[in-house]
Amino acid sequence: MANGTIALAEKSFYQEGTTKRKTGLFSWIFSTDHKRIGILYLTSVTFFFVCGVILGELMRLELIAPGPTIVNAETYNRFFTLHGVIMIFLFIIPGIPAVFGNFFLPIQIGAKDVAFPRLNLLSWWLYVIGAVFALTSLYLPGGPADTGWTFYIPYSIRTGTNVSYTLMAAFILGFSSILTGLNFITTVHRMRAPGMSFFKMPLNIWALYATGWVQVVATPVIGITMLLIIIERTFGVGIFDPALGGDPILYQHMFWIYSHPAVYIMILPAMGVVSEIIATFSRRTIFGYKAVAYSSLAIAFFGYLVWAHHMFVSGLSETAAIVFSFLTFIVAIPSAIKVFNWVATMYKGSIDPRTPFLWVMAFIFLFSIGGLTGLVLGSLATDVHLHDTYFVVGHFHFVMFGGTGTIFFAALHYWFPKMFGKMYNEKIAKIGVGLFFIAFLTLYFPMFLLGYNGMPRRYFDYLPQFHTLHFISTMGAWLMFIALSIVIGNLLYALKKGKKAPANPWGGVTLEWHIPSPPPLENFEEIPNVTHEPYDFSQLEGMEYGTE
Amino acid sequence: MLYNEVTSHANQVDNVMIYITVISVIFLLGITFTMLYFVFKYNRKKHKQASDIHGNALLEITWIVIPTILVLTMFYFGFMGYKGIKKIPDNAFKITGIAKMWQWNFEYPNGKKSDTLYVPSGKPVEIQLKSLDVNHSLYIPAYRVKQDVVMGKTNYIVINPEKTGSYDIACAEYCGLNHSMMYTKLVVMDSTDFNEWYASLDTQKETDTGEK
Repeated sequence: MANGTIALAEKSFYQEGTTKRKTGLFSWIFSTDHKRIGILYLTSVTFFFVCGVILGELMRLELIAPGPTIVNAETYNRFFTLHGVIMIFLFIIPGIPAVFGNFFLPIQIGAKDVAFPRLNLLSWWLYVIGAVFALTSLYLPGGPADTGWTFYIPYSIRTGTNVSYTLMAAFILGFSSILTGLNFITTVHRMRAPGMSFFKMPLNIWALYATGWVQVVATPVIGITMLLIIIERTFGVGIFDPALGGDPILYQHMFWIYSHPAVYIMILPAMGVVSEIIATFSRRTIFGYKAVAYSSLAIAFFGYLVWAHHMFVSGLSETAAIVFSFLTFIVAIPSAIKVFNWVATMYKGSIDPRTPFLWVMAFIFLFSIGGLTGLVLGSLATDVHLHDTYFVVGHFHFVMFGGTGTIFFAALHYWFPKMFGKMYNEKIAKIGVGLFFIAFLTLYFPMFLLGYNGMPRRYFDYLPQFHTLHFISTMGAWLMFIALSIVIGNLLYALKKGKKAPANPWGGVTLEWHIPSPPPLENFEEIPNVTHEPYDFSQLEGMEYGTE
Repeated sequence: MLYNEVTSHANQVDNVMIYITVISVIFLLGITFTMLYFVFKYNRKKHKQASDIHGNALLEITWIVIPTILVLTMFYFGFMGYKGIKKIPDNAFKITGIAKMWQWNFEYPNGKKSDTLYVPSGKPVEIQLKSLDVNHSLYIPAYRVKQDVVMGKTNYIVINPEKTGSYDIACAEYCGLNHSMMYTKLVVMDSTDFNEWYASLDTQKETDTGEK
């Protein structure tokens, strides 16, 4: 793609920063370098992921048998609320865009940084402040919220727990997300290297670009909802609270008008990463580049129009239910197109199934199950039965964890050599992904059966007939813990003891593989002039690549 | 599990479920096996040189059109299994259901009250649903139906009990501490038994006698 040369013997961004202070904590937390900010996000996002996993493990332990096991109902209700809030707002939403988007978006389009580097730093700070708000509630009288991450009114008004701190956290984190989106959109429009037209951009950029628009357009709704709640509480104007004459259903609409598009903020960036990894390890161009690019935009657009499918049994009119069910089926199509194009990209490729590729294969299987079970929930007759049951819990864990979570790890294994300049042990990494796959199915597949048999979600206790399936699921949770420990442990070890990584270990051709690992401060010695298609592997001739 | 033969609506929902599941499994297996086949067949060890195929308009149109048609049939069957479940028949027996943290109460036209939902078989029943505190959801898994009970608003649900027996009623909308304990029973009796129960004056103590 680029005619740029590999800059040799230059200092990496670890040795050279943007701050006056050259080393230490301050050279990181005040750095405006997009790569350092990406790593700040990686550190904080991984920390909260681990917190969320521990809460999830505790929940599964509680559910290993009917009746109280390790905690009481009150604590369990706080566990699932915190698990949801942490995983959604502090891990999945910022996860891929803020970590890998920050690090690689400017590099992949041939820019020195994002359009607004200081704004970029501000979004990380807002993330930290939001996280502090979420955690403060743990230590205040009343304790953490017990409402579920949906904060449905009127329960969230009646509960004595610290809901307002958690809502405030969501509000602040929303701004962090908006600023990241705004930054990415502007960067893509204004900072592409000469020759890089929109259709020469890597598909990862298309996905981040589409995500940026969803972040900017949808996220303010959660801010507006928050302001309305403040107005309601301060001035006693009935908006949502039925005790004041408000409408709790209006709250559900407002919540899902943000939170459904937010689901696409979570999954779209993952889809971008999948296209990168499949192209690189198949060493050929993406099958149907334009279809994949446009389907990102289609998902972003239709994603706004399906929110009320979360509310089919709330008393929605029959007409509204039919319209939203129809649109829900339509939004399934662009995702299906992507899956077909990804598989077709493997056709007549030269496939080297290295660790990142194995993660992607796991993704295609798990995400397909997530998507296909979404059809069951989009269909009205079945949704009325399955709404608010474990079927839904299974569905969104397949989409969010099997989809975005899996790709978070795929991206980490794909770009780890570039980000840290170190290689990890591939044998252990492959054991990790294999075990993850088995653990995942054991943990979440029983939830579909539980749901169809009528097990409602957010239940501290359950009827004896559900015991076996819950028990299997908990076994899966333990396996998952082992799998994640292997995966994360392996990478942490590589960070310390890993072999030095070459500039292009996988034989990739997008711009990040043309610069040293880790990259220098402003990425390129000279801004490249882009002449190739994004996945034109003829560029490999004359490039040094491979792990040995 | 599937096809409990309790109501014709439940069977219809199971039919939709089977229809979507069969198509989904075919797609899932198709995608998975194609992917595995490619990974083995075009492994770099055997297949050094990839061919760049940029796309194939006909193929791409096919895999847009066929899935679109299939999901639209799913939409249609899902809609057919939903249409009319909100329609209140003229001969419906009217009951009021009141939810509060964490119990259900049912009030009958003659003033009888019960925390178990007793209904006669073979007659449609309309339940007007009200909440005294937060949102709840009346969920009868065996019937494949549920309806949120929203504070400040009256929703309703129509059920068509056919087979006599006793079925679980759960609360499906999270409502706080004892949400998972908010279970009661739907007891379907034949009309003679029901009329006997309905006419009895012993209103408050009636809880579990219908379970046989």
